[in-house]
Amino acid sequence: MTLIQMSNVGKRYGNIVALHDISLRVNAGEITCVLGDNGAGKSTLIKIMSGLHHHDSGEMLVDGEPTRFGSPREALDRGIATVYQDLAVVALMPVWRNFFLGSELRRGPFKVLDIDTMRATTRSELARMGIHLNDVEQPIGQLSGGERQCVAIARAIHFGARVLILDEPTAALGVKQSGVVLKYVAAARDAGLGVVFITHNPHHAYLVGDHFILLNRGRMRLDCKRAEISLDDLTREMAGGDELTALTHELQRT
Amino acid sequence: MSSASTAEAEQVVPERVARTSLAHRLLARPELGSLVGAIAIFIFFLVIAEPFRQTSSMATVLYVSSTIGIMAVPVALLMIGGEFDLSAGVNVTASSLFAAMLSYQLSLNVWLGVLVSLVFALGIGFLNGFLVMTTKIPSFLVTLGTFLMLQGANIAVTKQVSGQVATDNISDMDGFGSARRVFASSFEVGGVSIRVTVLWWLLFVAIGTWILLRTRFGNWIFAVGGNVDSARAVGVPVRQTKIALFMGVGLCAWFMGMHRLFAFNTVQSGEGVGNEFIYIIAAVIGGCLLTGGYGSAIGAAFGALIFGMTNQGIVYAGWEADWFKFFLGIMLLFATVLNMWVRRLAVRR
Repeated sequence: MTLIQMSNVGKRYGNIVALHDISLRVNAGEITCVLGDNGAGKSTLIKIMSGLHHHDSGEMLVDGEPTRFGSPREALDRGIATVYQDLAVVALMPVWRNFFLGSELRRGPFKVLDIDTMRATTRSELARMGIHLNDVEQPIGQLSGGERQCVAIARAIHFGARVLILDEPTAALGVKQSGVVLKYVAAARDAGLGVVFITHNPHHAYLVGDHFILLNRGRMRLDCKRAEISLDDLTREMAGGDELTALTHELQRT
Repeated sequence: MSSASTAEAEQVVPERVARTSLAHRLLARPELGSLVGAIAIFIFFLVIAEPFRQTSSMATVLYVSSTIGIMAVPVALLMIGGEFDLSAGVNVTASSLFAAMLSYQLSLNVWLGVLVSLVFALGIGFLNGFLVMTTKIPSFLVTLGTFLMLQGANIAVTKQVSGQVATDNISDMDGFGSARRVFASSFEVGGVSIRVTVLWWLLFVAIGTWILLRTRFGNWIFAVGGNVDSARAVGVPVRQTKIALFMGVGLCAWFMGMHRLFAFNTVQSGEGVGNEFIYIIAAVIGGCLLTGGYGSAIGAAFGALIFGMTNQGIVYAGWEADWFKFFLGIMLLFATVLNMWVRRLAVRR
């Protein structure tokens, strides 16, 4: 089932073309990897999907309807959740407050926060994903980078996300923590979510990806399914294809 | 390693973790530093200044603290939300001038002036918030602008309307008595006269704390101050939250303005300049981070209490009152260093 479909989407910032003629599909139960070097347009692409920016040309269909989000809240209400690499959480706030931020549970005539339920839910939802915290009251900044990403992913799944957009979730992480995060990315796919995995690491992408899209200077350079490409080819394309061959040749030591 | 020592180590480690996490939890309370400071300063003046020990002096200290403390609550909330309001001090004067002149010039019941000036003060808060959010200029600059505008307009308009730098006495006008009872009366407790603002102060602190810790809006305040981009990304209405915080400062500025008006019957148009920093200092001593995202209303109350005790204690001790600002500066520096250190401990694993 196709959740998001983009046809010939373009975006300009002034006279800079950030995206040109992008077409892609996000299917339920699949991981769509968007690869690209710095400045390739990855961030712009997810900002359009998550409601932070508008596209100028082309069409974005969500559940088959042409859509243009006015705010991240609208995207969230349609089940599209984004986990950003550097701004997934508010470091000084307790884990449970972060977990429910923007979707707080309230009870009673004065609409006070239902703190007990939120704490218990946070603890159990994290435990379900294999993160065991004995103190959800601690500032989330005390958790490791990988744990923070996992909390953010668990939050998105708990709040009924159908599309999960992950902005470089493994970029700042070590090998072991990246593995933990990739496991949750795969878990989200198995739960039937459509996952958009933004990364510049072809190894991480190939470990979990079903579909690969490579951006270069705002244009699509590659669009293929997992069966159509090998890790080596993906890495080669990612590194610039012929440019890499030339570079290898140049750097080759005799 | 023998099995006995391994078992011992396993027993010791969880206990140590539990102990540090309890210490962490205490240190993580933003108001801890200001509580310790308030107790220390209380004991200090109790020992060195004999008149400080009288209950009537305590009542005066509480009154002085309440006039700062009522404003320190919304200023602290605004700071937790990541913004400043330098116009808070002159907004107090502006709203009392507005109420006084409107009632007097149009011979209205003073309550009408009181209510219209509430709209005015909220409007100043809204304008500050709207300008900050729309222009994306730091609130420090935007409110410095409104501060200067209000400071000038306060004096210029008062001179134009009443021909002098103070407003006319409104004590014989309709509604003055009942308004005075609300904003500026006193009551007796065990033979000691206590100003009603002390009760209002406690109420404002309680409401501020409740908002911060028990409501959704409170969660949003911490989020927009702590990390505005992630707050926006999870759907927090950043703009509305910050504008509401500026309007909260306007609300309390109006309240303090009404207190001043009904306590003194007349308003000096040049008053209030410099108070904005005292409110901010009370909030910072109370554990609010200048960068936002952290702090408490109770801490700001302790900050105001420290201010009130020092202000009066220096007089009771018979020292030169000029030293007051000097001590305030020391306390501010000390509190900032302490808070930075506490926050590092809290965030460190």
